Amino acid sequence: MNWTETKNLKSVSLEDIPQLHMNELRTQIIDGIKNGRRLVQFFGDKKDGRLILYAVLADDLTSRLFIASSKFGNEKEYQSITPEIPAAHLFEREFYEQFGIEPKGHPWLKPVRKGIAGISSEEIPYNFFNMTGEEMHEVGVGPIHAGVIEPGHFRFSCHGEKVYYLEIEHGFQHRGIEDLFVKNYNKSLYLTKLSESVAGDTVIGHAGAFVRAMESLGNTAISRRAQLIRTIMLELERIAVHLGDLSALSGDVAYLTGNSVFGALRTKIINTTMAICGNRFGRGIMTIGGINYDISSKLESEIKSILNRLSDDADLAAEVLFSSASVLERFEQTGVIEKETALEIGMVGPAARSSGISLDIRSDHPFDAYQYFTVHKLTLESGDVFARAYMRFIEIQHSIRIILEQLANLQDGELKCPANSLQPDGMVVSLAEGWRGEIAHVIITNSSGNIKRVKIKDPSFHNWFALALAVREEGVSDFPLCNKSFNLSYCGTDL
Amino acid sequence: MLDLIKLRNRHGYQSIRDIPNAKLSGMHRGFPVIDESKCMDDCQKCSDICPASAISLKPLSIDIGKCTFCGECERVCGYGSVKFINEYKSGSTDREKLIITSNKSFEEFRKDAIIKRKEIHKLFGRSLKFRQVSAAGCNGCEMELAACSNVNFDMGRFGIDFVASPRHADGVVITGPVSKNMAPALMDAFNSVNEPKIVIAAGACAISGGIFAESDELNRKFFDEIKIDLYIPGCPPHPLNFINSVLDFIRKK
Ligand code: SF4
Ligand code: SF4
Repeated sequence: MNWTETKNLKSVSLEDIPQLHMNELRTQIIDGIKNGRRLVQFFGDKKDGRLILYAVLADDLTSRLFIASSKFGNEKEYQSITPEIPAAHLFEREFYEQFGIEPKGHPWLKPVRKGIAGISSEEIPYNFFNMTGEEMHEVGVGPIHAGVIEPGHFRFSCHGEKVYYLEIEHGFQHRGIEDLFVKNYNKSLYLTKLSESVAGDTVIGHAGAFVRAMESLGNTAISRRAQLIRTIMLELERIAVHLGDLSALSGDVAYLTGNSVFGALRTKIINTTMAICGNRFGRGIMTIGGINYDISSKLESEIKSILNRLSDDADLAAEVLFSSASVLERFEQTGVIEKETALEIGMVGPAARSSGISLDIRSDHPFDAYQYFTVHKLTLESGDVFARAYMRFIEIQHSIRIILEQLANLQDGELKCPANSLQPDGMVVSLAEGWRGEIAHVIITNSSGNIKRVKIKDPSFHNWFALALAVREEGVSDFPLCNKSFNLSYCGTDL
Repeated sequence: MLDLIKLRNRHGYQSIRDIPNAKLSGMHRGFPVIDESKCMDDCQKCSDICPASAISLKPLSIDIGKCTFCGECERVCGYGSVKFINEYKSGSTDREKLIITSNKSFEEFRKDAIIKRKEIHKLFGRSLKFRQVSAAGCNGCEMELAACSNVNFDMGRFGIDFVASPRHADGVVITGPVSKNMAPALMDAFNSVNEPKIVIAAGACAISGGIFAESDELNRKFFDEIKIDLYIPGCPPHPLNFINSVLDFIRKK
């Protein structure tokens, strides 16, 4: 396998990326994944009028990334990878939708973001899987959901209360983000703001991945202080969402104390984020070359005391939540994803770690300050709602410790270093561990050093399928609980 | 059981008691105060850098219906012509009034930003239920709207709630720039709400398309056809902005 070897945030020259025949690329992807590598990206780009398919594989044990490509001429199809590697299913559908090359033999070649809702007569209507049989019935939910949440359509095939099958139709949040990146290639500030809005619950995660990619392509240095503060912001984001999700999970099983207490704790964290940068979700702090807002020593001691108190509060709240019989009755053995399944479908993030997969980009492909200390990878085995909830709690405490340690390490340094122009004909893969899991941004430049392709992957892209599998054989009424235990992003998937 | 009591005790009372007078951290970027007299001839750094194309020059103005409150214009201006203060109540019944010009003070803006109507108070002053429609934003606005009902803000105490069915609602709150894919569902939801009803656009995306305004994937026809009763700026709007703007709109004084 003569793929280009690189690592997270190490840019490569496009001409160094081998072009293989599609059959060869396909075989090598399959072999690579069967030998423990992971499919990180799989996307197309047009170069001089010709379509090129890029594949990025990760070797998590050795922190290496591998890139190869294949050029398409008049071919309109290739042999699908999905039957052998289910984790490729959505990537192949996306590639088909964006460039019209059909993965032959794909078992599930449905739209990803277009052709839904029957909005235009030119588009083929979305074709739902159909189960028949006496007393089979369907429950359709969405696009508009009961709560104040994003749109998406769920269709359950049920027998009585029991769900046999769930199909999730996406695309309602599709607002053409990747195109907007390319159209505005010369406005780096706009692009940074746009990256904050890929998923508003992962502002630091996505904006961080984007600015680091730009810094790598521009060989722009950033200070240790800026790296540490970025890391602190990312951990605050993780704590806030995990607290919010524990609140929502409590609410879903009508456990009101948990709902209120965790909700109020979340408010404390996002208000801390606001005290740092003026926005509760961390908008405004990320910039190419560093950060826009500093943490003063006064703020530093405030953050310390907030986190110390919060750590005790969270301990107590978790103790009460996870020892309540009525909560455990709902959480345990609900929505189980076995480790094998998780591996097969390419799950990432805390959901994957709750099914026993030891994968954490902070430790496997470190970035920012994670390069300077070890993040211990935490896993649980049971793969149920309980594990995904308990994982949130463990990670909250873990993140608090990381922040407290890193605050002590803060040293003087430039907040922002000047950004350089980008390397021409280059490509960079920028991975980050957002609170949902692996975020992967790829940026490609043209011969003038301008951005010509941006590929974005939110961890949800991998994990939605896990949700569909988790609810099989469960009652319809357990769906909200399963859904919340993953809390996946619609806008991050729909782009 | 003891732990539970201890927990309730530590949790204490978390709600903000006086919502209309609540203050935000000095870091919050709320209302922009503009002083054009400080500008240097032909300088256009702020409008060049603005990611939302919210700034017009000569005369200098900021359209807070487009603004993402990123603060970059204030940072790039070396003369102090633009300053974001932590006053957050920026709702308005009139789209035009969201264009903030030089020397407009926050108090002056607030004086007539929200035009009260007798029938609104009569119909909705004591109970107002919304169907929220999320349409192609980033989920930031949705999280802040959801937060309006949490223990801290507790919007329900004013009789204002989000409900599941449009049939139970008195109005629609739109977030997001409205994608082609969401346009039909938004219209369906609106049509399912019985008259009389109100429509609120919350967040830069809903008001103007926001950071996504140039996208080819949007369908904003809804806004050509339906009159918006209340605009609530922000990216996203702070829960206090949402609640207070709605209260100002439906209350007698
Ligand atoms: S704060 Fe508003 S007006 Fe100023 S640059 Fe940002 S988006 Fe533009
Ligand atoms: S206005 Fe801002 S926070 Fe709200 S949906 Fe749009 S980008 Fe997100």
